[in-house]
Amino acid sequence: MENPRHTHRIALTVNGAPVEAEVEDRLHLGDFLRRELSLTGTHLGCEHGVCGACTVMVDGQAVRSCLMLAVQARGRAVTTVEGLAADDGTLSPLQEAFREHHALQCGFCTPGMLTSLTAFLRDNPAPTDREVREAISGNICRCTGYQPIVAAALAAAGAKAAEEEN
Amino acid sequence: MKPAPFAYHDPSTVDELMGLLAERENARLLAGGQSLMPMLNMRYAMPDHLIDLNGIGDLAGVAETGEAVEIGAMTRQRDLPGSRPAAGRFPILAEALAHVGHFQTRNRGTVGGSLCHLDPSAELPCVAAATDAVLVVRGQDGEREVAMADWPTAYMTPNLAADEALVRIRLPRSAALDGQAFAEFARRHGDFAIVGVAAMLSLDGDTIRRASLAVAGVGPQPVRLAEIEAALAGEQANEATFKAASGEARGIEAMSDAYVSGKYRRRLTGVLVERALAKAAERAREAA
Ligand code: FES
Ligand code: FES
Repeated sequence: MENPRHTHRIALTVNGAPVEAEVEDRLHLGDFLRRELSLTGTHLGCEHGVCGACTVMVDGQAVRSCLMLAVQARGRAVTTVEGLAADDGTLSPLQEAFREHHALQCGFCTPGMLTSLTAFLRDNPAPTDREVREAISGNICRCTGYQPIVAAALAAAGAKAAEEEN
Repeated sequence: MKPAPFAYHDPSTVDELMGLLAERENARLLAGGQSLMPMLNMRYAMPDHLIDLNGIGDLAGVAETGEAVEIGAMTRQRDLPGSRPAAGRFPILAEALAHVGHFQTRNRGTVGGSLCHLDPSAELPCVAAATDAVLVVRGQDGEREVAMADWPTAYMTPNLAADEALVRIRLPRSAALDGQAFAEFARRHGDFAIVGVAAMLSLDGDTIRRASLAVAGVGPQPVRLAEIEAALAGEQANEATFKAASGEARGIEAMSDAYVSGKYRRRLTGVLVERALAKAAERAREAA
């Protein structure tokens, strides 16, 4: 009965595509995405839940992929940064706003920022500046100083456009 | 691959869980994973068996009985502010939860996980102390109940045997005072609090009928300020009273660590007690 190698077979969808794999029990979701699926858009910084770079969406909820086991993603729908643009490569409005507002420099934090803000803006489509700052308070960026990221998020939400009209 | 090897188990019922706990040595329970996963990744924790509670549907959700609000141990932190019975009776839960990590960690983090991890600065154990929470533990021979005051047995150690599991948290309705407030100070939003204070007040007109005060971050476990609560009863709910309580609260015993001195924590406790009491009084008046 006991499984000596401590592995499980899992089936899930990643960015809409079905995936099946045999994973070691101790493998976390971030490593699974990067190593087994070569989806290296998800970045691993601290691997203890502090930096937010590894954030992905699981069933639409933004979560830390370093704090979830791959085996726990069984039967779930995982969305990574690779899954945010349309199939033809057209950027999402948020990604477009990031480009427009220079919301990335080295890009290390960007996948976590984009996945976090994608989930956040879906649930709160017209946020205040403060709410955006709070939403990314768990994502560390060492380059931008955050201002352009907040600006991009507000622009994507259409808040910026309304502001400029006034 | 950061964690040391372990065997993963995912029971779907509490009975199955109890069976696993009875048979397996050196097992750890995995709730939301927002504290245990870092400990596994850093190999602070090296269990031989990891028992995932996420598949046990019975452990999640909030129910209200005549006397109490019962919160399943696996209820996600994100789901509590929207829960009518929980946040309706105990709005302090929602206010405290806004300080617990970040929305991405609250999406996984659970109420029971936080109460079993017992970080000294954690908000939920502090609220549990202020609200006279009772922790319901399932063991091999059925359930037993532990008052929050007896729940921490040592630094980050719950009153839980190796073959037991926390199944739910009961908040007595009688503990829900009219005005409730949670105040804390942390260096950055979502960081561990340096000090956090839970305050609740019931008023008769302007007179304090009952007060409840608990402090997180000063010692290994949340501290109820019973003497100050008793002194507050019968006093006028005004600035002078809250200032006096704040002065008393500054006398609290507080630990020092590499970042923050005990002296600063004592001072902060005074400031936050005053703020939380004033807010609680304001809300008690609004509710009247
Ligand atoms: S790598 Fe997951 S939070 Fe830093
Ligand atoms: S762009 Fe470099 S860390 Fe954010």
